[in-house]
Amino acid sequence: MSMHEPLGTPGSPKSLPLILARELASNLATPMFLIDSGGMLVFYNDAAAQLLGKPFADLGEIPSGEFGADLQMTTPDGEPVRRRDSPAGVAFFEHRPAHMTVMATTYDGGRRQYDATAYPLFGATGEMHGVVAVFWQHQTDGAHD
Amino acid sequence: MRARVWGCRGSLAAPGADTVKYGGNTSCVEVRLESGHALVLDAGTGMRPLGVAMQQDPPTELHIMLTHLHMDHLQGLGFFRPLFVPGADIHIWGPSSPVEHLADRIAMYLSPPLFPVRLADVPSKLTFHDAPEAPVTIGSATVRAGKVTHQGPTVGYRVEENGRALVYLPDHEPSLGGSLVDVPPEWMSGHDIARRADVLLHDAQYREHEYGSHVGWGHSSIADTMVFANKAEVENVVLFHHDPYHTDLELEDLLTEARAQWPGMEDRICLAAEGMTVVLDRDGVAMRG
Repeated sequence: MSMHEPLGTPGSPKSLPLILARELASNLATPMFLIDSGGMLVFYNDAAAQLLGKPFADLGEIPSGEFGADLQMTTPDGEPVRRRDSPAGVAFFEHRPAHMTVMATTYDGGRRQYDATAYPLFGATGEMHGVVAVFWQHQTDGAHD
Repeated sequence: MRARVWGCRGSLAAPGADTVKYGGNTSCVEVRLESGHALVLDAGTGMRPLGVAMQQDPPTELHIMLTHLHMDHLQGLGFFRPLFVPGADIHIWGPSSPVEHLADRIAMYLSPPLFPVRLADVPSKLTFHDAPEAPVTIGSATVRAGKVTHQGPTVGYRVEENGRALVYLPDHEPSLGGSLVDVPPEWMSGHDIARRADVLLHDAQYREHEYGSHVGWGHSSIADTMVFANKAEVENVVLFHHDPYHTDLELEDLLTEARAQWPGMEDRICLAAEGMTVVLDRDGVAMRG
């Protein structure tokens, strides 16, 4: 019996695939975000913090929908990207990998273009543990501050 | 419930004069429940003498709960006498795999050329189950498994009865990839099943100076074991899965290292030893041997 908060609330127990994904993210220079099976943004690494302009510890666990709203994601042409259509949304709701070039607003007010890749984490018996999302900053386009 | 350690050595059986006090048999712990059911946690070489004893005192129902399928946790299965009792009902639980059924994975050992008898040919009636990640009731206990960091699919078990919890994590490297000191508790491998256990049997394979050359092998340093136990708020720690190279005297040095990390609570930390019993009931916890 778990004595923790249920999934989808801050501080809820983390499954081993998510724990291992966090350890991987913590040791990478690539911005990486983790969403749990309840839809909470539960972690992003230092590289992502640098990109977003805010350390994860300052933001804490929040629903991924709120986080997505903060980012104000659009296509490079300025078309809004709905949460369900973002790479993380596709991975979460449709259980398949997705990739997209997006513009996003950072917490320091900048607006930058990224390639975003997301994929679902399935466990040994096919159970969904969450989503890994990776942002690749466009080297050629640079920042659009 | 009453737990008895039949084997607490890690990796390889290590009999001999230097290991006689804590024992040389590999992982096997018998848990007898109030209902008369028996849980056998792992099937290391300690399972051979357990099988002999169990013939004199058969349980109401027998459940073998494997944490993983490394040889030191499986080798005793072929020498467990109840397995060869025609028609005996035995339930075997183990970590799930997306590729092969548990029985097929166990049969890789219980088949020639590694073993003369095929698993399919043993006369007892075996029923295989994936380790339960949601609580299941077995007799008078609730049992739950949780996946943990080790080499390959591995689980730990939490057994609860009469408001007491015994947690068994014999092979576990929770600090792999990061410092346990800094990580929030809910992000620690094994925390969910170990939290606030009355008794935690935990991997304590390496002394501090040994761990550096064994990172990634799937086991804990003694410091990590104690940090894990502290963050999981467990009441009592039983140091388990002794390195086959550690003599009795070296294990006692390891115990001193462990106790130095819990000043004032030294009596809540001990070394697992063959024959040791742990009784958990409404009155509390009692360890003997």
